[in-house]
Formats: sequence, structure tokens, C-alpha cells
Amino acid sequence: MIREFSSADLMFIVSAVRWTLILSAIAFLGGALGGLAVALARTAQGRLRRRIAAGFIQVFQGTPLLMQLFLVYFGLAVVGLPIDPLLAAAVALTLHASAYLGEIWRGAIEAVPPGQTEAATALSLSYKDRMRHVVLPQAMRLATAPTVGFLVQLIKGTSLASIIGFTELTRAGQIINNATFKPFLVFGTVAALYFVLCWPLSLLARRMEARMRLAVTR
Amino acid sequence: MTEHAIIMRAVNKYYGAYHALVDIDLTVTRGERIVICGPSGSGKSTLIRTINQLEPIESGTIIVDGVELTAGGDNVAKVRQDVGMVFQSFNLFPHMTVLENCILAPMKTRKTPRAEAEATARKYLERVRIPEQADKYPAQLSGGQQQRVAIARALCMKPRIMLFDEPTSALDPEMVKEVLDTMIDLAREGMTMLCVTHEMDFARAVADRVIFMDKGVIVEENAPDEFFGNPRNERLQNFLGQIA
Ligand SMILES: Nc1ncnc2c1ncn2[C@@H]1O[C@H](COP(=O)(O)OP(=O)(O)O)[C@@H](O)[C@H]1O
Ligand SMILES: [Mg+2]
Repeated sequence: MIREFSSADLMFIVSAVRWTLILSAIAFLGGALGGLAVALARTAQGRLRRRIAAGFIQVFQGTPLLMQLFLVYFGLAVVGLPIDPLLAAAVALTLHASAYLGEIWRGAIEAVPPGQTEAATALSLSYKDRMRHVVLPQAMRLATAPTVGFLVQLIKGTSLASIIGFTELTRAGQIINNATFKPFLVFGTVAALYFVLCWPLSLLARRMEARMRLAVTR
Repeated sequence: MTEHAIIMRAVNKYYGAYHALVDIDLTVTRGERIVICGPSGSGKSTLIRTINQLEPIESGTIIVDGVELTAGGDNVAKVRQDVGMVFQSFNLFPHMTVLENCILAPMKTRKTPRAEAEATARKYLERVRIPEQADKYPAQLSGGQQQRVAIARALCMKPRIMLFDEPTSALDPEMVKEVLDTMIDLAREGMTMLCVTHEMDFARAVADRVIFMDKGVIVEENAPDEFFGNPRNERLQNFLGQIA
């Protein structure tokens, strides 16, 4: 039965934004922790740790996010966990974000001049203190703009969770469209909502990048 | 406490296949001031960087203040607390104020309370004649001021040995003197110092011994008078001719 597009349908779509935000937040925070671990392993002394981190990055950057979602979704059952779309999407997107943030932050850590680490080492600071007080604060400045840029990609990437049946913004749109068959209206609304989430972040990233460039040339 | 600040025995260092330090033997007495010179690429930086193990060595023995570097354990950390280093490019931490630069290592590695670390830092900033810059960031200072902060930062760890790797080479000519004067003060106070520098007036004024390196080998070492007045090795003669 095809019915009219009502304000209740609009509310349904708008309220699904919160699941997009929740999923993005989980993946970003999880990815930040994972990404830090990956970046530190990638820049570590030990060759084995560097190799493992590099392999992790290559696998997750070299395969489609959708395949990662499928593998985690069906993999949950294999390790005896309940098949839950939110859990699967959160795990897959966290791994995905860990790989990308790890790679962004590896670059930022390596962009800190080696003299900084040498001076800190000569002052007898431990690895932990060198990272925490000398290298990471400087790397963070370099990494802020690309990190915000990746967050935009991540928010848009959560739309793939609709395919494993998690009702975030995109799937809410699909559900309403199936009932009303107003694809331009429905998906236009969905796209506009993504735009409202992402546009300010894109602007912020671009402004930070411009400020970085200014700081570099100064 | 031993009378020897540094003992290096048969030290060899390779970068891949390149033999950067060849059978280095060097003994530094406590309070001795040594100047190391030589052509670019001769291994001067590599030599002093092995003393706090910024560069690991392939063979030989290094004993700093009675602690054998190569023996493992936390010996390296112990030695680094005792050995200050000043770099050509200053290497101040740009995101920290001058004062924060100075107190970080004492607070983290010596567990000095903040108030005490700050008092020590202000004392050494006074000593290098820039107490008024304590709350500025490195980028707000001139090169000469930055290098003096770097010296103060190293001194805040109360090291017994100071290493200098071409501390004035990156400075504008008018700032060289203020840094050299700081180093001369330090030398007069009896600090054990190893300085890689081509400032030969500095060498004449404060060095007990001058060392000439070439191709990873210590080619000649002597008291300044003899070193400059009566150089024996031909490469040293050429070198002195070039920089005079
Ligand atoms: N990290 C490195 N990797 C490879 N070769 C190096 C490295 N550091 C220095 N070298 C080489 O070792 C030699 C000695 O370098 P260095 O000690 O810096 O000389 P100096 O300080 O006397 O100019 C040079 O030939 C230099 O190219
Ligand atoms: Mg050098």
C-alpha cells in the first residue's frame, strides 16, 4: 500500500539522525584509541610491531568498508556473539577508523622533526614522556585538520550500516520511501541532513588547514 | 667517584656498510674541556652522540662517570641524566614556554617538585643571562637566545658532563659571541665539556685538549698551543689552513 508522505515520516527520518551520530561517535572514539595504538606501533623501534600495524592498515585501507561490515556482521555469530547490527557496525567502523586515523597520525608523528625526539632522549625522558609531552602535542597540531576531514568521511560511511539492517539515517529513508514511494523527496531530505552534519565540519577542516599552511610559511 | 669522566675503548660504529667511527680511544678527565674539530662528515657528531647513546655502537666500550653504557640495564638512562647535550639546531620544544622547556626533564626523570624545578630553571636562565624570557615561546626569541635557553635546559638536569655539537654554526655572526661567552663561563666553573666547534678562538681560550678527526679516526690530539702552533698531520695542516 503506498501512502502519503506525512510529517510523522519526516520526524522518523530526522530522529534517525541520532543513530548516525551515535554510530559516528562510537567509531570515532574507538578509532581514536585504536588509531593511536596503530600510529605508535607504526613508528616504534620494534620491527614486528611496525609490520603488524602496517599489515592492519593495508588490509583495512585496501578492502571496501562494505565487505568489512559484512565480515564482522557474519563473523559475530562465528565467535558466539549475537548478530546485532549496531554491534557489528560499531566494530567494523571502529576497525576502519583505527586504520585510517592510525595512518594519518603516523604521518603527523613522523613530520615532527627528529631533533625533538633527540633532545628529549638526551634529557633522559622515557619513551612515554617523550611521546606524551614532546612528540604527540606537536603531531596533534599537524593532524587536526586531516582528522576532522576523516570524521566527515566516517559520518558518510555510517550510511553503509543500513545494508546490514541498522536503522540509521539512510535506512530510515529507505523504510519511508518503501512506504510512500517519494524517492526524490525522501532521499533529498536524507542527503540534506547529511549535509547539515558534514558541512560545518568540512568548513572547520578547511579553515584549520589554511591556518596550518599560514603557520608553516611564517 | 672516578677521576675519569669518559672512557672510550676501541669504539667502532657503522651506518650500514659505512665505517663511521674507527677504533676510537678517548679518555676524558673530570673537569677537562675538549674541542673536537675536523672536516664535515668526519664523524664528530657521531662520536659525541655515542656518549649518551643517541647513536648505538657496534663494538667497543664506553664508560661514563663510572657507568658502563654498553652493559645494559638502566645504565643508559643513568648516563643520560648525567650528560647534557646542546645541538646545532637548538631543538627547543616549540609548544612549551622557555620555563616549561627547562622544568620538563627534571620533573619527569628526576621527580623534582615543580616549585623546586622552577627555582632551578630561573637560576640557570639568570646564569645564561635571559631570566626575563622565561614565559616566552622559543619562536619569540633570537637564535642566540634560543641556544642559551637550550644550554640552561640541559643544565637544569645538573649534568656533570656537557656535550656541544656545533652550537654556534646555525647562528647569525652577531649572536655567536653571546653563546660562546656562556660556554666560556661554564668552562671556567669546571664543567667537563666536549665541544664540536670550528671556533678556534674558543678552543685557544678554554680547551685543555683539541682533537682532530678525519674519516672516523682521531688523527691528532694535543694541547691548543701545540695543536695550532705545531700541527704534525698533513690533513690537519690543510684543515687549519682552510679555516684560518
Ligand atoms: N643516520 C645516518 N645514517 C647514515 N649515515 C650517516 C648517518 N649519520 C651520519 N652518517 C654519515 O656518517 C659520517 C659522519 O657523520 P657525522 O658524524 O655527522 O659527521 P660530522 O659531524 O663530522 O660532520 C658522514 O659520512 C655521514 O654521512
Ligand atoms: Mg656534525
